[in-house]
Amino acid sequence: MESWRRATAAFAAFAGPTTLWLMVFFLVPLGIIWVYSFGENVSLTEIKTTWTWSNYARIFEPEIATLFWRTLWLSGIATVVCLIVGYPVALSIATAEAKWKPWLLLVIMLPFWTNLLIRTYAMLNILGAQGRLNDVIGWVWAAGDGLASLVGLDGLFGERFQPVTFLGTQLGVVIGLVYVQLPFAILPLYSSMERLDRSYLEASMDLGAGQFRTFFLVLVPLTSAGLVTAAIITFIPALGSFLTPDLLGRGQVDMIANVIERQFKKANDWPFGSALSLFLLYVTFIVLAVKAIIDMQAAKRRRS
Amino acid sequence: MSAGPFQYARKTSMRTMFLLATIFLYAPIIVLIVFSFNDSRRGGNIVWRGFTTDYYVKAWNNASLIEAFANSITIAVISTIFATVLGAMTAVLLWRWRFPAKPVYEGLVALPIVIPEICMGVSLAVFFASTGLSIPPEAPWPLNLGNIIVAHITFSFPFAAMVIRTRLQSFPPEMAEAARDLGATEWRVFWDILIPHMVPGLIAGALLAFTLSLDDFVITFFTSGPNTVTFPVKVYSMLRFSVTPEINAASTVLILMTLVMTFIAIRLQKPTEMAQ
Repeated sequence: MESWRRATAAFAAFAGPTTLWLMVFFLVPLGIIWVYSFGENVSLTEIKTTWTWSNYARIFEPEIATLFWRTLWLSGIATVVCLIVGYPVALSIATAEAKWKPWLLLVIMLPFWTNLLIRTYAMLNILGAQGRLNDVIGWVWAAGDGLASLVGLDGLFGERFQPVTFLGTQLGVVIGLVYVQLPFAILPLYSSMERLDRSYLEASMDLGAGQFRTFFLVLVPLTSAGLVTAAIITFIPALGSFLTPDLLGRGQVDMIANVIERQFKKANDWPFGSALSLFLLYVTFIVLAVKAIIDMQAAKRRRS
Repeated sequence: MSAGPFQYARKTSMRTMFLLATIFLYAPIIVLIVFSFNDSRRGGNIVWRGFTTDYYVKAWNNASLIEAFANSITIAVISTIFATVLGAMTAVLLWRWRFPAKPVYEGLVALPIVIPEICMGVSLAVFFASTGLSIPPEAPWPLNLGNIIVAHITFSFPFAAMVIRTRLQSFPPEMAEAARDLGATEWRVFWDILIPHMVPGLIAGALLAFTLSLDDFVITFFTSGPNTVTFPVKVYSMLRFSVTPEINAASTVLILMTLVMTFIAIRLQKPTEMAQ
C-alpha cells in the first residue's frame, strides 16, 4: 500500500466519483430525513423544520413503544430459531465429504438468490387456513386420531381437525422471518466450523468426554464467533423487514417498517416517519456496536 | 474421517436436519411452481383443479406485467454496469492507498450494506421529492427509470466493492513491479495487469449487483412512480388485489431466470468461494 500523496491525480480519479456518489445519494438523503425528523406538517404538502422533539417523543408513546418491543421480540425469536436450526445444518455440511460440500452449500444458498417477494408470496400460500402446511398438520392429526381410537381413546385430540391460523399471527410472521433469514445464518456458522482446528475435538474425545459434552463444551464455544456473526446477520435484516410482516402479518402483526411505510404513503406524516426511520437506524447501530464490543473482547481473550 | 470427533455429525439425525431444512426452504417454492399450472381462477393456490398452461399465456399477454418485467431487466442491466465500475474504483482505492481517515471511509462504504433497506428507501424517496434532483416521470423511457436506477446503484455498489476487493487481495505486487521495471506506465500497469487479474471479481460483483437489483422490492417501492413499476412492485400490487395462478406463473419465470443466472455464476466460480 502506498501513500495517496505519491499519486494524487490517480488517487483523486478513484476517490472522486465514489465519494461524490455516496455523498449525494446516500449521506444527503439521510441528512434530509434527519432534518425532517425535527419538522412539523403545516399543511398537506408543506413541512416546516421547527426543531421540535415531538416526533421523537411520539416514539415512546405506548402504541409505538409496543411496536418496537414487538419488532425486537419477533426478530429475536426468529434469530434464535435460525441459530438452533442452522447450527446442525451447517455442521452437517462442514462434516460432509469434500466433494459434496459445494453442492450442499449451493442447496442452502439457492433460495437466497430467489426473489424475496416471491419467497414471501410462496410462504403466504403455504401458511393459509387451507394451505399446504395445514394439510400436513391435518394428516398428522388424522393419523393421531386413528391411532387414538385404536387404543380406545376416541376424541383425544378433539372432535374435528381445526386448521391452525398462521396468517395474521406472530407465529406466522416468525415462520416467515426464519424462512427468509435461514440461509444467512447457516453461512457464517459453516465458515467458522471450516476454520476450526479439529484436533481440539479429538483431544476432548481422547480425554474421555462424550459426544454430548464435546459438542456443548468444546465445539459450541470454539464456534462462538460464527454464532455471533450469524446472530447479527439474521437479526439486523429481520429488524427492518417489511414484506414478511406485511404479507404474513396481514396488518395485525405490524413491525416497525410497516408503520414507517404508512407514514410515507397513507398517513402522509413525513416528519414522524423520518424520526421512526432514524430511530430504527440508531437501534441497528447499537446492535452493531454490541457486536464490535464482543469481537474486541474475544480478541483480547485470545491475546492474553 | 475415522471414528471420533464429529462422529455425531455423520449420524442420520444430522442428515435428517439437513433434509428437513432443505424441505422447509424448497417446499413453498415447489408448491408455488406446481400451482402455476393449476386450472382454477378463484383461490388458485388452494385446490388442485387440473393442469393448464393458460396462466403463462395470460401473464404473457398482461401488457403491464411485461412492461414491469422489461423495466426490471433494464434497471438491473444499467445499474449493474454503474455499480460494477463504482465498486471496482472503491475496491482499488481501498486496496491501493493509505489516506487520512481511511477507517472512516471504509465504514462509510459499508454503511449502505448494513442500514435497514426501509431507511434507505425512505431517505431516497424524500431526497427525490424535495431536492428536485429527480427525473420527471414523463421523461422518455428508459430515462424515466432514472430515480430507481440511481437508488439501485447506491445500494449495490458497496456489495460489488466488497467482492472485488477480496479478489484484489490475491494480486501479486511483483507483477506490477516487473511491468514498471520493464518500462510500463502506470496506466498500462492498471489496464494490462491489474484489470485482467480483477476479472473474476468483476464478474462476481456484477452478478451480485444484478441479482440485488432484480430482487429489490422495498427501496424500489419507495422510489418508483405509478408509471415506473418494476416486476416485484407489480407483483406486490397484483397480490394485494387478489391471488391468482397468473402471479405464480410470472414468479416461476423469474425463479427460472435466477436458476439460470446462478448456474452461470457457478460455471465462473466455485460455490465455496461464493459463500465467503
